Amino acid sequence: MNAHSEMKVAAEVAAPASLGIVMNCQLEKVFYGDFLAVRNSVVPIEKNKITGFIGPSGCGKSTVLRSLNRMNDLIPIFRFEGKVTYHGQDIYDKKVDPVVVRRYIGMVFQQPNPFAMSIYDNVAFGLRLNGFKGDMDERVEKALHGAAIWNEVKDKLKNSGLSLSGGQQQRLCIARAIATEPDVLLMDEPCSALDPIATRRVEELMIELKEKYTIALVTHNMQQAMRVADTTAFFGVDISQGSRTGYLVEMGPTKKIFEEPEQQLTREYVRGEFS
Amino acid sequence: MDRGFRGIAWASAAFILVLVVYIIFEIGGKALPAMSQYGLGFLTSTTWNVQTEQFGILPQIWGTLYSSLLALILGGVFGIAIAIFLTQDFLHSGLAAVFRTIIEMLAAIPSVVFGLWGIYVLIPLLRPVADWLHGSLGFVPFFGTSLSGPGLAPAALVLAIMILPTVASISVDSLRQIPYKVKEAAYGMGTTRWEAILKVMLPTASSGILAALVLGFGRALGETMALAMLIGNANQISLSLFAPANTLAALLASSFPEAGPVEVRALMYAALALLAITLIVNAVGLAVMKFATRKFEAER
Amino acid sequence: MSVSGPTVESNMRDLIAASRPAPNLHRSPLELRALKSGILTALTWIGALLASVPLFSVIYELVVAGGSRLNWETLTALPPSAFETGGGFGNAIVGTLVMVGIATLISVPLGILAAVQLAILDPDSKLTHTVRFLAKVLTGFPSILAGVFVYAVMVVTMKTYSALAGGVALAVLMLPTVVLAAEQAMSMVPKKMKDAAYGIGCTRTQVILKVVLPTGAPGILTGVMLAVAGAAGNSAPLLFTALFSNYYMSSLTEPTASLAILIFNFSGMPYDNQIELAWAASLVLVLIVLVFNVLARLVGRQKY
Repeated sequence: MNAHSEMKVAAEVAAPASLGIVMNCQLEKVFYGDFLAVRNSVVPIEKNKITGFIGPSGCGKSTVLRSLNRMNDLIPIFRFEGKVTYHGQDIYDKKVDPVVVRRYIGMVFQQPNPFAMSIYDNVAFGLRLNGFKGDMDERVEKALHGAAIWNEVKDKLKNSGLSLSGGQQQRLCIARAIATEPDVLLMDEPCSALDPIATRRVEELMIELKEKYTIALVTHNMQQAMRVADTTAFFGVDISQGSRTGYLVEMGPTKKIFEEPEQQLTREYVRGEFS
Repeated sequence: MDRGFRGIAWASAAFILVLVVYIIFEIGGKALPAMSQYGLGFLTSTTWNVQTEQFGILPQIWGTLYSSLLALILGGVFGIAIAIFLTQDFLHSGLAAVFRTIIEMLAAIPSVVFGLWGIYVLIPLLRPVADWLHGSLGFVPFFGTSLSGPGLAPAALVLAIMILPTVASISVDSLRQIPYKVKEAAYGMGTTRWEAILKVMLPTASSGILAALVLGFGRALGETMALAMLIGNANQISLSLFAPANTLAALLASSFPEAGPVEVRALMYAALALLAITLIVNAVGLAVMKFATRKFEAER
Repeated sequence: MSVSGPTVESNMRDLIAASRPAPNLHRSPLELRALKSGILTALTWIGALLASVPLFSVIYELVVAGGSRLNWETLTALPPSAFETGGGFGNAIVGTLVMVGIATLISVPLGILAAVQLAILDPDSKLTHTVRFLAKVLTGFPSILAGVFVYAVMVVTMKTYSALAGGVALAVLMLPTVVLAAEQAMSMVPKKMKDAAYGIGCTRTQVILKVVLPTGAPGILTGVMLAVAGAAGNSAPLLFTALFSNYYMSSLTEPTASLAILIFNFSGMPYDNQIELAWAASLVLVLIVLVFNVLARLVGRQKY
């Protein structure tokens, strides 16, 4: 892509200039073993906005998202080259503890994954982990309110988190993630396992949540990106060298990406000309 | 042809049912004379004297439970530690395979060989330790006697080694059953590896691990040869780890071959007691395991 | 390329947020949580290494103490009496192999047929559930009780200890292992393979014999090999079914020697010659068990 060098310069110039940028992902190369999964992508994440990641499958949008709080470290063959700055610190710096990173940068996953414990304990989990000493009940209630699930579960906080429906489980996971009041919330296709009604609730919730949190959202659903994302990053796949390598094609205000993108590739994708 | 084959298959399956019933019936039936003669006092009296025809198996029941419990504590701790070690990304796959092979080989070593090893390697090794413990901490009931040779400590140690593979392999299975997304959730919340293990993985696998412990305990209760060689066959009840003791299985092994008709009847009663204890423990373990599996099915 | 620039609004929010101190992401190895993690990891390593010590110690002793006495004489000669030197355990090797052979001949056909019933013909009936549960209970059945049972049923009625009784006792122990392994192997045969066979007009028997058994064969064989390995090393049930003999067996209905009982008997003797032979016999026994274990691994998939 001939736009790479320009794009990189633009973002590096833009990033420090903007005080609104909480995180800046300056990814050079991401490998799984010998396989180059993503290359040259600069993705700034703005404060109190929802940044949507879209693109065809295999474009690395999930990989990029999971690089933002070092979730990919769980995969032994994963290797990241580049920088992800968070409040000016590179989270891939040798001295940085990924465990601490994940406490500031929370995550909600594709599949709802509550722990096999009560609803209350699920939400209190992160607080207990951090040795929270204050009023636990209050914080749990606040988080459940925040995730718009309080009314549904307030009478059965002792029940297993696994007893809830899929949509409720996902909101419980959001409550669990926001209970510790992280700075940034990463959401990896959080609605892909949900039905349309549950999806709408979670989308409304995301828009409420951005008042307090910064959100990065991977979605396979372009309508969803249009509905909730303030900024959209479009990733493409390069299959030229016999392997599939993802990269950032274009990033900008959602309206612009969907209505007047600069890149031909983006235009084709958002018009549904290829997927 | 088709019907004949299906008939044979049905009969083979039914045979297993018949076999279990027959085993219980046969051992129970042969124990009946002794049961009516000695009654429940058999389970609570402590003498085993062929001359006076006085028989009681309380020391053997005590020894069986005590040695198995000690083995369970040791084998359980190490077995679960190894299960964690093998499943929670401590090792590269190559090294994990080496450790898995070690555990599998441990399971393959015959009981008598462990007995022989216990007599000629473990006991000489334990003796100075035991003497030192008895000498300096003799007031503690567990160290109340010195180790004169065979005794509870070497028996329980070997027993622990023998049940370790059982505990480890069932625990490994139940830890492996946990969906990857649960692990992701834990790390995503900012747990350290051990917080993920202790606060999420082990509680999630808890019923499977409990089943592993119960089944390991069941295995320890019935283990015979190594114990007959190492425990000292002394019909006494002592808390001391270094005192000789006896177990039901060891009693059967050492007394049966030379027993006369009167003693055989008493031994059949003892066998029935062992059968009852192990059947109950194993059934409980399997029920717990079934419950564990169900929990995961509901989750998915 | 366009990256949306800062807006006035977001600048305002940022000023508020800036009052929140920048988080410290650095790892401090002395922090309590990190320390706890480190200690636990170290303990686990120590535990795993400690747990491997007995195995290596046993192997070392077998090779050193047993290997030194292993020669043609020990493999073929008869056991020595108390003060004799030399001797061996040829009769015990033969006895072990014969009794394991008898046990295999009984338990394998029976076990596989029962597994066919459990896995294919009737996988969800009351009988199947009961039998499956009982088979699992039997795997935890104390082996000495198999001896007691066979003693009561065979030794008492035949009025003699015998290789036959020993073989039957071992068969009781092998049966559940064979049934459960075979059932698992057969139930893993893909349904579409069976459907294809039914589709071309096979009877159930033909499907089982031509499709299920051949496809499941590696798994079944693995189970059989593991059961054989377990039986070969098992001695408790032989104590009072086969007893022991100082001579080569001449029929299946006389007391018969086995390696495991020889080790048990010799281990308690106060003579160096017998103890050395016990180690040599242990080495042979472990090698037999290992051969079947290795075969089990070679023919089948990896278990756990």
